[in-house]
Amino acid sequence: MSDGHGHTHDHGHDVRPDNERPWSEDQYLETALRELLIEKGVLTPAEIHRQVEAMDARTPARGGRIVARAWTDPAFKARLLADDASDVVREMGIEIEPVRLLVVENTDTVHNVVVCTLCSCYPRNLLGIPPDWYKARAYRSRVVFEPRAVLREFGTEIADDRVVRVHDSTADMRYMVLPRRPAGTEGLSEDDLAALVNRDAMIGVAEVAVP
Amino acid sequence: MTARFDPGDRVRVRVDYPHGHCRTPFYCRGKSGEVERICGAFRNPEVLAYGGEGLPKLPLYRVRFRQAELWPDYRGPDGDVVEIELYEHWLEPADEEGQSG
Repeated sequence: MSDGHGHTHDHGHDVRPDNERPWSEDQYLETALRELLIEKGVLTPAEIHRQVEAMDARTPARGGRIVARAWTDPAFKARLLADDASDVVREMGIEIEPVRLLVVENTDTVHNVVVCTLCSCYPRNLLGIPPDWYKARAYRSRVVFEPRAVLREFGTEIADDRVVRVHDSTADMRYMVLPRRPAGTEGLSEDDLAALVNRDAMIGVAEVAVP
Repeated sequence: MTARFDPGDRVRVRVDYPHGHCRTPFYCRGKSGEVERICGAFRNPEVLAYGGEGLPKLPLYRVRFRQAELWPDYRGPDGDVVEIELYEHWLEPADEEGQSG
């Protein structure tokens, strides 16, 4: 060994290149704007950091709590499915900002799936940062005209006797799917149920399974 | 807010190709569907996008389209639908002739 620290450089995975590609325009813009805001005293680095932390704290676990509550509390579920779910979610201490939330329920006759064909609208306050595929043109263009084929690629086969309802999030609403509660979970607590709920089930490309 | 359409009304999306920002997907222009619900009144995004106020607010609807109406060669079951949020100025009453769905 001649590299001086006792192991070879076979990491078994891709490493981030030491010398990154040239910056994109967006990276320059973000850095310039951030530095200017700090220089002018509009924001402090600590405030920006706190906001980044707040963004990172938004994870699909928030959505999972809502789903589990709906599965265990029929009155809560009824209110959640009524027109504006935002207030119901706020009562749980989850800040959803001014967007209107619509929760759509999967049943034995209906399967819902969410897309934004125009851009990438997503209930970030409940589900965190959207997955890359959600923003990709392939998903956005295909799921509106061949939803069943797209769902199959996610491993989700929808029987022909269930309607597939695609929600195109084109304007001021944000959507979350209330998945079906899996069989065999009758004895689970609300917290255990929440842990079963995965992000993709709340977008509607998967169902909730019992591990 | 006075909404021109009620849930259950048959509507058709105007065929128009204005310059600039709008929130009406191309694939539903000229297509007929049914008002699923009224979402409320919201500022016009076509004006907001350019720094305007977007007032008065416009009624926003969710319109349900049969897949077969949007894509004539759709191969899934008849009941499959797409629901799209559309602002009132994009909608007109669907006449009998236009009701392919």
